[in-house]
Parts: sequence; C-alpha cells; structure tokens
Amino acid sequence: MLCSICKEREATVHLTQIAGDKMQKVDLCEECAKTKGVNDPTGFSLADLLLGLGASQEIEQSSGGVEIKCARCGFTQADFKKAGRLGCPECYKTFAEGLEGLLKSMHKGTRHVGKVPESLRQTRDLSDRLVGLQKKLNKAIEDENFEQAAQLRDQIKQMSAQLGNIAAC
Amino acid sequence: MDLHEFLTPPAETARRKGPHDRIVMSSRVRLARNIKNAAFPGWAKKPERIKVLESIRPAVETLPEMAEAFSQSMDNLTALEKQILVERHLISREHAAKSAGSGLVLNRDETLCVMINEEDHMRMQALKPGLQLRQVWAAIDHVDSELEKKLEYAFSPELGYLTACPTNIGTGIRVSAMLHLPGLVLSEQINPIIQSVNKLGLAVRGLYGEGTEALGNVFQVSNQMTLGEAETAIVERLEKVLAQIIEHEENGRAMLLEKKPKTVYNHIGRAYGILANAHSISSKETMNLLSLMRLGMDLGLFPDVDRSLVDELFIMTQPAHLQKQHSEKLSAEERDLLRADMLRERLKQVSRPVSKPAAETGGGLDKPDK
Repeated sequence: MLCSICKEREATVHLTQIAGDKMQKVDLCEECAKTKGVNDPTGFSLADLLLGLGASQEIEQSSGGVEIKCARCGFTQADFKKAGRLGCPECYKTFAEGLEGLLKSMHKGTRHVGKVPESLRQTRDLSDRLVGLQKKLNKAIEDENFEQAAQLRDQIKQMSAQLGNIAAC
Repeated sequence: MDLHEFLTPPAETARRKGPHDRIVMSSRVRLARNIKNAAFPGWAKKPERIKVLESIRPAVETLPEMAEAFSQSMDNLTALEKQILVERHLISREHAAKSAGSGLVLNRDETLCVMINEEDHMRMQALKPGLQLRQVWAAIDHVDSELEKKLEYAFSPELGYLTACPTNIGTGIRVSAMLHLPGLVLSEQINPIIQSVNKLGLAVRGLYGEGTEALGNVFQVSNQMTLGEAETAIVERLEKVLAQIIEHEENGRAMLLEKKPKTVYNHIGRAYGILANAHSISSKETMNLLSLMRLGMDLGLFPDVDRSLVDELFIMTQPAHLQKQHSEKLSAEERDLLRADMLRERLKQVSRPVSKPAAETGGGLDKPDK
C-alpha cells in the first residue's frame, strides 16, 4: 500500500480514528508520518491532518502550483497554515502579500506606531536632515551663492560620515 | 544556583502591596523581541536556537537590573521547578515545556523576567503588585532600550518589531492586569462585562493566561492589538478600562451586601467552613473557596487576619508548591489530603467570619480616580 500523502513510498504507519460513529483511516510512510508529527500522539488529530492536506492543496492552486518559499529560512505558506507562526523575520517580506489582509483584520492599523530602536531613529533623523541639506545646497548652487554652498557641502559630508558610522556599528 | 533558594517565600510575596491590590492582584507588561537574521524559535533547528540563546543570555545577564539574577537554561530545570515558576506567573506554560536551547533570566526581586526562545527569541516582562501599569511599562521599556544597544533586533519601519506570530507584530506589547472579581461573578455581571471588554479590543483570560479557566474568580485583562497603536496609548486605554472594571466590582460588592447580605455571608461562611475543616480538597476547589475568603477579608468579616494569609495559601496550595514540600512523589489524591492538612493547620488561628462587618473596614470602597 502506498503512502496517502506522498503516494511514493510504502505506507508503514496506519492510523484509524473513530469519531462518533464514523471511522477514518490514513496510511502513511515513515517520513510523511514524521513531518506530520504523527509520532507525537498528544498534538495529533486525524482531522487536523486531513484538513491540513486540503489547505496546502488550496494554496498550491491559488499560487498557480508554485509554492512560495522564504529564501532566508525555507518556510512555506503551507507551514504557516499549519503553525500559525512564521519562520523568520524575513518571512514578513516573503509573504507580505498574503499577510496584508490578515494583519488588517487583526490589528488597529497596518503601520507601526510607537517605539523605534534608538539606532534606527538616529539614522532616520539624520537621513531626513540630509535630504533637507541637499535641497538647500541645490538651491544655493542655483543662486550662485557659492560660499553657502561650500558650507552646506561640508555639513553634508560630515553628516554622511556620521550616518556611515551608525550603520557600521 | 538553586531555584528554590532563589525564589522569595510565598509568605513574603503575599505581603507585597500595590495600589488597588484588593482587586488588582498584579500588573504586567511583556515585550516580544527577535534577533535579526535568525529563524524564530519554533522554526529554528536546535543548533541555531542554542546559538541565539548564547548570544542573548550574556546580554541580559549583564544588565544592571539583572545583578544577582537567576539565570538558567531550561534543560537544567526540573519539571517541578518549571511548574513552580508557572504557578508564580513568572514563566508561561509554553515556556515550561521548553528544554535545551531555551533559557530564563529572572531578577533578584522577581519583578523582571526574560524568557529566551519561547515563541519569540525574547519575551521580556516586568511585574508589580497592584495597579501599576505605567510603572511596569517604564521598567520594561528601560530594559528593552538597554538590550537594543547590545542586540540587533528584527525591526521594520513599516511593521515595527517582527514577531513569530503576526498577532504580536508592531509594538510586540502585551499589557495585562490580573483581577480578583468575586463581586461581579456572584452578582452575575461578569459575562456582560467580559463581552463589553472584548468589544473594546481587549482580551479576558483565566488565571494562567491563554486558554485557561478563571479559577478563584481571577481574570486577566490584556490588549490584543499590537500594530497601529503606540505603547503609551495601549497602556492608557487599558488603565481606563481597568478603572471601570474596578468600579463595577466595588459596586457589585456593595450591591450584594445591600440586597443579598445573607447570600454573601453564606458563601463566605461555607468557604471558611470547608477550608478549615476538610480532610481532602482539590486545588480547584481550594482556589474557588480561598477567593470567597479573600472577599470576606475585603468586606471586614475576618477582622483579626491579614489578607496576605489568603494570598499565601493561594500560592502554597497549588500542585507544584505542595509537591515541593514533600520528598516523595505525590499522587493527586495524596496531594488533596496534604492540601487539606495544610489548610486546616493554617486556618486554626483564624476565627470564623463575623456576620456583620466591622464598621470602619466593612464595605469601604476603593475606587480609582478616573
């Protein structure tokens, strides 16, 4: 008998679950049994397994058969359906499209408001100021105010170095 | 260091005081933080988890706040020790299930606790007795600001602090208070209150957090949304809601005493009767009855006893704490016998409840400023 998940290897794990008066049977190979967590009887329900199978098929269909996978950690959308948690910080970029609606439905907003790590805040403030200085410099050159332009150029140089230092540490 | 030697004895923790502590048992803020370029603990392989633990642990241990802290890898703690930490609300049940590759750093006075490799790389929390949400936020905000100098967090300008579960993304904050609400339960107002609190986007949970029942009339109220609202706004929102719940609880108690004094005295008297005389009692029944005795104390029905006695018994009668006092492994039935023995012994000195509260303490309401 072949494994009901991969349909390749011989099934060696046979599961029967009786819920009410209905009996369900699943035959799995050792590998698929392991990945589905079947050897851990506490966290396992046949219904979950069958549901999980359906869900991952749905995703494959919706993404045209190509499953999205995080390049950083190898986490897939099917893994997310199963665990309800993501694989790594990078997954938020990988699955950004699918997560957007989810985040919208569970939170007050879709953009972060609140604490920002100090180092990032400094960088952000500096780059904002740099943009401002650059504009002034352009204006000064346009006005042929070269004395001011030289001052601005030095300020920009200094600030860029500062920004580089922050980024380096 | 041995955990049992480190932890403050329950008799002492029970005496810690805080504002409005007759209703608000404790305040807590926890932050979820992750390290950049590392898989979340649930997906990371063991060697990666160990690497993350080894980079975070020294950073936490060297914080000035963590001088003389208890720091341990989870595989070096016994099941009993982990359960004791859960019963003290210092770690989550999820963290208690962790082993190698996860760790815990707990400061000397048990007000700061960092779980390493729980659902996120770090779950740091600050705790204080009574209603002190602003203070716990300030405490954990400071710890977080110190740690971000040493560790590179996974942070996105759009989505904020990135967490394993999308429900915690953004601020990664959970602000919560543990409330003792016997008045609302007895006056059957608790369900509508829970519903309206839920409507405000706040969660109400049982004694041990997510998915647990409200034993001993103890409820946890916390924020659910973490993205799109600043930390201070969340703290303020929760403060407002808590002030209202406290007021409702006090009104509920006053109303019960006015309209059904006999029912109230009957509940409290029976609770005392069973606790002081039983020879076998489960931890669940104990908590529910201790809750009624605690109410009795708030109402001035036990004029000679300090409420800390009930709070101490609340901790001491829980399974792991009870087991700790006995060297041999106890079955649930044996624990029920020993629990009853302890309660009878400790309540020997407590006279039965008076049927009319002493004038100055009875019915004195403790309403917060709004």
